[in-house]
Amino acid sequence: MSPRNEILANIRASLGVTGTEATRRLEVDDRIQRAPAGVIPARGQGDAAAIAATFKLEAERAQASVAEVSRAADVPAEIARYLRDANLPASLRMGEDPRLAAMPWGETAIEVARGPSDGHDLNGASAAFAAVAETGTLALCSGPENPTTINFLPDNHIVVVFAGDIVADYENVWKKLRAGYGKGVMPRTVNLVTGPSRSADIEQTLLLGAHGPRRLHIVIVRDG
Amino acid sequence: MSAAAPTSSHFKDNVHEALRNAPLQKALGHVRANFIERRAEAVRRLPEFERLRDSARDIKDHTLAHLDLYLEAYEGKLGELGGQLHYALTAKDAVDVVLSLCRERGAKSVTKGKSMISEEIGLNDALESAGIEAIETDLGEYIIQLRGEAPSHIIAPAVHVNGEEVAEEFRRAHLHLPAGRDLSEPVQLLAEARGVLRDKFLNADVGITGANFLVAETGTSIIVTNEGNGDLTQILPKVHIVIASLDKIVPTLEDAAQILRVLARSATGQDMSVYTTLSSGPRRPTDPDGPEEYHVVLLDNGRSLMLGGEFEDMLRCIRCGACMNHCPVYHAVGGHAYGWVYPGPMGAVLTPTLIGVAEGGQLPNASTFCGRCEEVCPVRIPLPKMMRHWREREFERHLSPATLRYGLAFWAFFAKRPTLYRFASDIAMRALSLVGRNKGRFAALPLAGAWTRYRDFPAPQGATFQSRWRAKSGRVK
Repeated sequence: MSPRNEILANIRASLGVTGTEATRRLEVDDRIQRAPAGVIPARGQGDAAAIAATFKLEAERAQASVAEVSRAADVPAEIARYLRDANLPASLRMGEDPRLAAMPWGETAIEVARGPSDGHDLNGASAAFAAVAETGTLALCSGPENPTTINFLPDNHIVVVFAGDIVADYENVWKKLRAGYGKGVMPRTVNLVTGPSRSADIEQTLLLGAHGPRRLHIVIVRDG
Repeated sequence: MSAAAPTSSHFKDNVHEALRNAPLQKALGHVRANFIERRAEAVRRLPEFERLRDSARDIKDHTLAHLDLYLEAYEGKLGELGGQLHYALTAKDAVDVVLSLCRERGAKSVTKGKSMISEEIGLNDALESAGIEAIETDLGEYIIQLRGEAPSHIIAPAVHVNGEEVAEEFRRAHLHLPAGRDLSEPVQLLAEARGVLRDKFLNADVGITGANFLVAETGTSIIVTNEGNGDLTQILPKVHIVIASLDKIVPTLEDAAQILRVLARSATGQDMSVYTTLSSGPRRPTDPDGPEEYHVVLLDNGRSLMLGGEFEDMLRCIRCGACMNHCPVYHAVGGHAYGWVYPGPMGAVLTPTLIGVAEGGQLPNASTFCGRCEEVCPVRIPLPKMMRHWREREFERHLSPATLRYGLAFWAFFAKRPTLYRFASDIAMRALSLVGRNKGRFAALPLAGAWTRYRDFPAPQGATFQSRWRAKSGRVK
């Protein structure tokens, strides 16, 4: 017997089932189809303004910095300010996200590089697929628009969040994924990111900047 | 110590060694001081926490009761994504799959995200024997790999190591760096590890991670980390291998979200770990980065036989570490004393099922039955009850020490004869009280050396509880 069949046979023997019971199959298919939500914390819920406010508060609790701008066109200037204030060089790597590409980078001194990171970039920028108010979490999807390497290799990660993409809870991210990619279909990688990289492995002392970004800066676009 | 050579049967000796180990005792102070308060604060901030625990328990129970069907659904989805599923009945089977995947691709260097399954199957030793460099990239795992040790905690593997010991190890291992560099602060140690491991990430041929969840709905594996090492491990090399046990399956993304809400809070007291990464198959044709191959090695190692039995509840475990963080025995002796991969209350229950009661049967005795582990378990595993099951089995099989068996028989003889019991205990207490009346305590007592080695035994006041109760109320129920 193949290891696969042996394991399935062991499971079925232990459970006292054959695997062909119609009611069991129905129950499993139904749960996968309907994907029922369980307990959803009240913390992230509210109208659009409340959700955005909770997202900002929770992201800051997770040690991200958060700035707000009113229009997409204001993003490059805000990022230039952030890099200047942190004494960082005015260079920025990003993917081919059309929303980022449409921004007036030429009006700032920022030198933009495009494509995935090979580990030699100090600063990277991404556009978030969604953001979750409940815990100040970003949802980032892989692809040419926002390569996953930009989320992890640069020292400083700047993420642009359009206010319309801020949702109350994780369940709404799953809804948005199903709407965007199809039910049961996912991009190769979805990164849920809550604050900058950290470790408490030495004497349980919390330190930022383990293997991923040392700093996480979030720019919320209100009219987005 | 490695996964291949458990020392759980020497638990008592391990404990004596741990209690005498001053640096260990200092390091264990961090567990007591940090984990408990951080979890409590996270729970205070989430009024729905208790309901989420029920929900997480119910999801796990439902999945286990339909595990064959969810496995088939997961398998189907993973196939659609172009991922490859490898079933492994035993630890050795899992190691063989990983080794042949690495060999077929001519891999020389493997980076690893933190995985308890990797420890359970003894993967690092096997890779090294095959001439493949295995590099642990989680900071704690990296530290203990340099020290040649096993993890002493399932989420904080180097919790037993002090900062100065890490500095010493880094000086020994990182010979290419200036000898006189300052490593007195944890932040300097972190920066050094980041620099050294960055090169390893960029040059690895294969990346191996564990999984916190395998989602049947989408064929997705999910890992939860704080450092980002698990992500660099899986997106940079050409091949990503996930090693996970059967019990990691959940039906849907919604179900994963329920459990995620109790996982980090129970583990580190964070609302959410920094990186929760959902990986679905290899990179897509348009993807500019990510692995070209995606393999999942699914390990059974006895778990399918735990279903439907008295230890089935243990398969709900999500490896948060809350039980050991709150365990007075773990606080006193640390993780290595347990002698194998899984320490603390969850280890005391799981170890005998995985390596046998003859080898691991002493661990369920490492409990005061205070019940704190069950109180904090996010999936409500009745850990004390299951430790009692093991004790009963150990006793039935005559595996418990002779002194314990004779002692119990001696006590049982009197306990079954109440009059004789009262008479004998009255005499014994009066005698002890007489002998100990000067100091009020005993520094040494015959037959109680194990107790008096670490603390004094208080001298009885002269009468037993029962006789004083009688004197007070005039009757005994």
